[in-house]
Amino acid sequence: MSVQLFFQHLANGLSLGSLYALIAIGYTMVYGILRLINFAHGEIFMIGVYIAFYLVTLFVLPWFAAFVVALGITCILGMGVERIAYRPLRDHPRISVMISAIGASFFIQNLAIVVFGGRPKTFPVPPVFGKIITIGGVNIVSITFIIPIITFIALAILLFIVNKTKTGMAMRAVSTDHETARLMAIDVDIIISITFAIGSGLAAIGGIMWGLKYPQLLPIMGLIPGLKCFIAAVVGGIGNIKGAVLGGFLLGLMEIMIIAFLPSLSGYRDAFAFILLIVILLVRPSGILGSVQGEKV
Amino acid sequence: MMTKRQNIMYTLAALVVFAGILFLLDENLGAYPKRIFILAGIYVTLALSLNLINGFTGLFTLGHAGFMAVGAYTCALLTMPPDLKTMNFFLKPIVPFLANVQWPFLPALLMGGVLAGVIGFLIAAPVLRLRDDYLAIATLGFGEIIRIIFTNTQSLTNGALGLKGLPRFTTVWWSWGIAAVTVFFMVNLINSSYGKAFKAIREDEVAAEAMGINLFKHKVISFTIGSVIAGIGGALMGHLLGAIDPLMFRFLMTFNILLIVVLGGIGSITGSVIGAVIVTIVMEALRVLDGTMHLGFMTIAGKPGMRMVIFSALLMAVVILYQKGLMGRNEFTWDGFFQRLHRMSGRKKR
Repeated sequence: MSVQLFFQHLANGLSLGSLYALIAIGYTMVYGILRLINFAHGEIFMIGVYIAFYLVTLFVLPWFAAFVVALGITCILGMGVERIAYRPLRDHPRISVMISAIGASFFIQNLAIVVFGGRPKTFPVPPVFGKIITIGGVNIVSITFIIPIITFIALAILLFIVNKTKTGMAMRAVSTDHETARLMAIDVDIIISITFAIGSGLAAIGGIMWGLKYPQLLPIMGLIPGLKCFIAAVVGGIGNIKGAVLGGFLLGLMEIMIIAFLPSLSGYRDAFAFILLIVILLVRPSGILGSVQGEKV
Repeated sequence: MMTKRQNIMYTLAALVVFAGILFLLDENLGAYPKRIFILAGIYVTLALSLNLINGFTGLFTLGHAGFMAVGAYTCALLTMPPDLKTMNFFLKPIVPFLANVQWPFLPALLMGGVLAGVIGFLIAAPVLRLRDDYLAIATLGFGEIIRIIFTNTQSLTNGALGLKGLPRFTTVWWSWGIAAVTVFFMVNLINSSYGKAFKAIREDEVAAEAMGINLFKHKVISFTIGSVIAGIGGALMGHLLGAIDPLMFRFLMTFNILLIVVLGGIGSITGSVIGAVIVTIVMEALRVLDGTMHLGFMTIAGKPGMRMVIFSALLMAVVILYQKGLMGRNEFTWDGFFQRLHRMSGRKKR
């Protein structure tokens, strides 16, 4: 393999990894607070892209305005999912909540098939993102660079919110212990809603950039990335934001690189993530950056 | 209270009546209702297999479609006549050791179950060290891996093209016969010492271990038995539909079975049977939604896919509002049945 080609794959892997990282953060934050796999997260990601698509094509909004509005709507949607599907079951066994999460995921997906139609749609890519940049003989579409940059900006803002603001402190408190947090006069419900909003917002950012990089929209497009990003979150250590980012990059790079070096395995592309998951769960169940916890009796 | 002997007599009588009903339905139903009826029987088997793992042992697994795929493909490849195989495998010829095999249905069906069980056993060893959500996501992963492997092994499974023209072996008798055997087996298993150990694990793993139950062994047993039954169910389904492909065994399939189990009651054999029949019939009845509806004064244009929307909403509604499902953890007993009869007749007299 030539050096140029290698760098091309590296850039692709990094941008795919950034997308995975953005979506994985949503999983990890929700899991940190509710101990729940938000199965509907992948569907929220999908809805985010579709909203942006319709705002641009149907309402003829300029793309930046459309992206911001789509982000807002997706945040509200994420909060709505929590309100309807998860909150009534908060004190119930985890299996019930998980079934409800799976139900919510399928509901949104099927609704999307009915509302948006099952035929693939093409995302209108603004020319800024479609430009081809040549560096040292390597041709790379500009979006490939933009994705990691935006990811890092979003990540910096998120880490600031979580670590430096009062809301972030409340979020950390709730993830440690709901009851104690409540005693400290934290409104747990609102904090959980905010967590869902932030997670969904990041999913929407990830989704829109996904649409710019792979401009084919399908109602089932959220399913596989959703599962992979959950895996990324587990690999990095669930409940840990930096771990989710690490896991996302690891997964993205691995996927692209394995196919680049062993093209005969490309049919198994979607299986890599699951194999990685199973290996990690067996070797280090708490993930790369997760702290090892003793089992509570 | 009834004696054991009375119980057996009543059960045998009910079986005879049931066989009579099957015979009548088999003779009189049209092709389409009959197909739905057969499908219901298959779903009974599948729901029971998932309920054994999820409901009775408390292991939340989501990889069921994978085991069904193993069963369906094994059985299909073993029963298809050689010339049909060459017709199907036009992209790449089939592997030689399968090319000229043609087994009768029953051994092939059992082989499908056995292979699914072997795969289940192999997967169980690493996966069952995990718990709760991790277990769910890992089994889901394995289910997907099986499907992806089947999509890519062109000379073994014909890849994404799937297998077409399977002999339609699954009759009313096969489907409901296997369902009845599964019910019988499950009832005996659940009331055995193994079944009690499963339930103890479901209630509290630590307490169960303290009582001397070998957690890992019992979990593996439950998981493997569940996979065997799932494989048989998958094989039956393949030979009912007449065509299988890897896409059929997506997560959606597991979801359908999960819906049946949840609706019927997680941890109730009776519930799974009732749930399977209701869900299968409602699924078909809701097909109306996908077509155009005429309400006399107005016409509603059907939306393809509406059925699944209603369906997933239904699952959520059951989980959120009516957690226990239809039966909770209760089972049908003759005692309960006659008590209810007495109460109803008593009410009438007054």
